Amino acid sequence: MAHEEVKLFGMWSSPFVRIVEVALKIKGVQYEYIEEDLQNKSSLLLKYNPVYKKVPVLLHNGKPIAESLVIVEYIDETWKDNPILPQDSFERAQARFWAKLIDDKCMPSLWRVFRSKDNEQEKATEEALENLKILENELTDKRFFGGETIGLVDIAAKITVYWVQVAQEVAGVGIISSQNFPVLFKWIDDLLSCNVLKETMPPKDKLAAFFRTHSKASK
Amino acid sequence: MAKTDVKVLGAWPSSFVLRPRIALNLKSVEYEFLEEDFGSKSPLLLQSNPVYKKMPVLIHLDKPICESLIIVQYIDEVWASGPSLLPSDPYDQALARFWAAYIDDKWFPSVRGIALPQGEEAEAELMVQVFEGLALLEDAFDKCGQGKAFFGGDKVGYVDIALGSFLGLLRVAEKMNNVKLLDEAKTPKLVGWAERFCSHDAVKEVMPETDKLVEFAKMLRARFKAPAS
Repeated sequence: MAHEEVKLFGMWSSPFVRIVEVALKIKGVQYEYIEEDLQNKSSLLLKYNPVYKKVPVLLHNGKPIAESLVIVEYIDETWKDNPILPQDSFERAQARFWAKLIDDKCMPSLWRVFRSKDNEQEKATEEALENLKILENELTDKRFFGGETIGLVDIAAKITVYWVQVAQEVAGVGIISSQNFPVLFKWIDDLLSCNVLKETMPPKDKLAAFFRTHSKASK
Repeated sequence: MAKTDVKVLGAWPSSFVLRPRIALNLKSVEYEFLEEDFGSKSPLLLQSNPVYKKMPVLIHLDKPICESLIIVQYIDEVWASGPSLLPSDPYDQALARFWAAYIDDKWFPSVRGIALPQGEEAEAELMVQVFEGLALLEDAFDKCGQGKAFFGGDKVGYVDIALGSFLGLLRVAEKMNNVKLLDEAKTPKLVGWAERFCSHDAVKEVMPETDKLVEFAKMLRARFKAPAS
């Protein structure tokens, strides 16, 4: 292997891990992927991410980085080809803002929908729909959020929507459809036409089976 | 650059609002501070931050930037000729981003919980979390700053701003609960760092006095049965 040693600790069904993988692929970085069993975390994972004990963790030349958005910024700074964040400072701030919205608000609220029932689920659904509306309103008919090429917000948004499409079918709760979120929905079609995303997403049926198995388990 | 090119929308008690102010001070950038009235949101705020409707907002050349840490990074990049706030090395940068995110996502909610508490039981648990967080940050201090005066090394940097902006709130929590959170016996490095941070020129003119903050917190507690989110 070359002088660079890059390892990614992940779990195949985690959208956060896929976000990092897509970033590495866009940059053409060679990496070793290590699948973690989250019910039985490896001592390496616990060593490299003692604070959160979660995936993804990127290891570059022996130095660990945790938290998906921190990792993606690191990847963008370290491997300069095919920038994932815009060059212009204001555009960068916008990209960071939207990526954070997806990470902090959209994803957790969507997960709450799929993990709850009845009244709780109703409330969670309302909140999730509100958050998605914010995102939908920001998107335009542009192919990519930031401009001509795929960037951080595109990656985060598209992966989120892909996961939601599977989860909502399993849970029997409709969240995103072509009627209520036409732009987001259209983005998903675009996603599958983007090679690097297409080859990184887990097959929908495998993901659905995973959700079905884990829907009974708490957390 | 004219002073009116740079505006900060905020309010004096807010820890988050301190962040862009300290950052701009470090860069020696003049700005106009537009104080929001407590309890009501100005049309400018609602227009500039329609998503969260929160402060701070930085308005630079009429363009709004929201979310305090995103604002600090923006300030660092735009006024690149001033002292840098984030390290130049990508790995050190990642460490700084990691700890700032930890402070906001994990640690701050616990501190706020004991400064503006909900109920006694929750408080005990939160107290444990605050101390655990401080222990982690004590450990991180040398990793980030390499044993120097600040998390940013010789100078105040991103993590200093992220954590330092909460010192006021931390002191409120101490006074309200009659407990020492920043304790020389437990986290000596952080105690030393806190003193240096608060006496820094860029910080001392904007850091609110603890007594004023305590009064404000008492007012908040009285006004709301549950703390404002």
